[in-house]
Amino acid sequence: MRRRSGSAGVGGGAASRVRLSTGDPRLRALAYQAAALAAVIFVGWYLISNTLANLEARRIASGLGFLGREAGFAIGETSLVPYSAADTYLRAIVVGLANTFRVALIGIVAATVLGTLVGLARLSRNWLVAKLAAGYVEFVRNVPLLVQLFFWYAVITENLPVPREAVEPLPGVFLVNRGIFFPVPAWSAVHGWMLAAFAGGVFAAVAYAWWARRRQARTGRRPPVLAGAAALLLLPPAIVWLAGGAPARLSVPELAGFNFAGGAHLSPEFAALAAGLIVYTASFIAEIVRAGVLSVHHGQFEAASALGLRRGLALRLVVLPQALRAIVPPITSQYLNLTKNSSLAVAIGYPDLVSIANTTINQTGQAIEGIAIIMAVYLTISLAISALMNWYNARIALTER
Amino acid sequence: MRTIMLAAAASLALAAAPDRAAAQTMLAAVKAKGYVQCGVNTGLAGFSQPDSRGQWKGIDVDLCRAVAAAVFGDASKVRFTPLTAQQRFTALQSGEVDVLSRNTTWTATRDSSLGLNFAGVIYYDGQGFMVPRKLGVKSAKQLNGATVCVQPGTTTELNLADYFRANGMTFKPVVIEKLEEVLNAYFAGRCDVYTTDVSGLVAVRASRAPNPADHVILPEVISKEPLGPVVRHGDDQWFDIVKWTLFALLEAEELGLSSKTIEQNASSANPSIQRFVGATGDIGKMLGLDNRWAFNVVRLVGNYGEIFDANLKPLGFDRGINNLWTNGGLMYAPPIR
Ligand SMILES: N[C@@H](CCC(=O)N[C@@H](CS)C(=O)NCC(=O)O)C(=O)O
Repeated sequence: MRRRSGSAGVGGGAASRVRLSTGDPRLRALAYQAAALAAVIFVGWYLISNTLANLEARRIASGLGFLGREAGFAIGETSLVPYSAADTYLRAIVVGLANTFRVALIGIVAATVLGTLVGLARLSRNWLVAKLAAGYVEFVRNVPLLVQLFFWYAVITENLPVPREAVEPLPGVFLVNRGIFFPVPAWSAVHGWMLAAFAGGVFAAVAYAWWARRRQARTGRRPPVLAGAAALLLLPPAIVWLAGGAPARLSVPELAGFNFAGGAHLSPEFAALAAGLIVYTASFIAEIVRAGVLSVHHGQFEAASALGLRRGLALRLVVLPQALRAIVPPITSQYLNLTKNSSLAVAIGYPDLVSIANTTINQTGQAIEGIAIIMAVYLTISLAISALMNWYNARIALTER
Repeated sequence: MRTIMLAAAASLALAAAPDRAAAQTMLAAVKAKGYVQCGVNTGLAGFSQPDSRGQWKGIDVDLCRAVAAAVFGDASKVRFTPLTAQQRFTALQSGEVDVLSRNTTWTATRDSSLGLNFAGVIYYDGQGFMVPRKLGVKSAKQLNGATVCVQPGTTTELNLADYFRANGMTFKPVVIEKLEEVLNAYFAGRCDVYTTDVSGLVAVRASRAPNPADHVILPEVISKEPLGPVVRHGDDQWFDIVKWTLFALLEAEELGLSSKTIEQNASSANPSIQRFVGATGDIGKMLGLDNRWAFNVVRLVGNYGEIFDANLKPLGFDRGINNLWTNGGLMYAPPIR
């Protein structure tokens, strides 16, 4: 202890020659740190060993061995990860995780779009539009999310007809209380090649944009980036599709027995959860966007127009980059909130991670392991979102020269 | 959310609880606080449901009251914690309740690795299916491709998957935690089928369906569901008390003792009755209770038949296999001696 603090003092230059005494503030600080660390380790050790002793005494199973056992329960949404009741608990949990990702990802994208639109609408010079947006924000922000989820779920399940009396708003699209069914292209090998062509197109588009930027820097002339990129993205898959004989067969949903089969399908549980999360989170994002735009001094706009930039360009090139700096950090919190709020899913029957982990806890009795898995997963997702947003934030940050 | 909180609480309780050696016995702890904390259903007619005056009613509730009568000589010294299927075991493991009396099926997993002890069977049940009459389904074998509403954390969702697998059929589960919400989904037509213990189907149809005649219970019974009270591992004396309280209800019926007759029968010369009411022997003391424990149970709560008739008969339940063994049923108490 003394030795370590002594060597730590070496960096202090002249101070290091002073003999260390118990009155030395640096030594005391170090001692406190060490004591705190020891206390944390001790408490951790005590809790863990006590838990194990108690589990043993009550003969409650512990360990992660249960993950390899057959789960035995069915899951309603397995579109991303194939699963049957004969699979393991581990796989069931992965299905839950995939379902959480699915709703969180779609929720984040859609809430960002909706929130941005509403936030900008609130700044609109059109009185009605601004007031409608304000009303939306105030109403939605102040009703608990769980209540909103029940509302959306009831709207879907109570108002839509049973499969035998399905509503068909567009040919092949069916609205029933089992969800929305719609036609999708029947899978053929050509689609795989189209996907590959698209991936190549993305690559080419990025390269083109990079070349265009350099050319603009050199010659001052800007090649048409948008049109070029669009062509690079869309043409290759289209050519592949034509070359492959233009397969256009659709898989159309049809009533078979109790329900529709074929086509694609969004369940009422997913739809209600996604709608609830999007509408709710968008109201917060709207406020963040509005605040972000308002945080940019009006003089920036005026300066931009003095340079001859049109309103749209001024917004895109001058105001938005500055506003983003105020927007990104709080919006990150909203993304995290949305992801964590998706755990309300169990209330309306969407099999997300928490719902499946809960069932697992209940069937196996291993609450500690189950809770630990839930916490570890949410922590990982949250840290990943934070890291991504921090990276983005650093990228758009003001670079001072 | 509450489910997670409970699970987290269970973890904490296990982490922070001191060594067992130092801990009080359950009986002493219950006596010290002055009431039995009993985990019950959130609202299942005939088993446990608050009536219009907020009084809990049902056979599971009466078992709790019987334990209170045995421990305190006062059937009202009991408090109820309504629990969903998902919450019940963590609530018991974490010590939030002293007894779980909530239509819970006795299974090997629960009895062993969940750290629980089943104190017997208060109702022999089996799982069934209910469908809207207008679907025209006559047998569970016709349910291929159906959407099925079910509550999580139950044996129900496991049997359901087993049954469809065994019969080479598929189904879509809609799994919702709260009874209220899962029933809403079924009655709104979100599912073709609602499945749970047949007792649950009968109770739900009688008490919750907008029009009970619109729903039929299919003839197939796909599982064994022996429902009974549960305690946690670690205190054999408390386990014995709950177990023998349940047996006392059965034994009383077999001996012909009821809440109305037990006081005048207490002086009967029948040695079994003498032992039962505590006039002879020391059964109560052996359990750590007052010697008049069983007398109090029957005087204050009634015998098993009375409890059944008061709670389940009005809903249309038959005694069936829940009759005494002497009447051709499965209800059988070991000798109280
Ligand atoms: N006996 C089965 C099922 C028990 C069960 O939870 N049944 C449901 C359907 S009747 C229920 O009681 N729900 C009421 C609630 O969640 O409060 C078990 O022990 O797993």
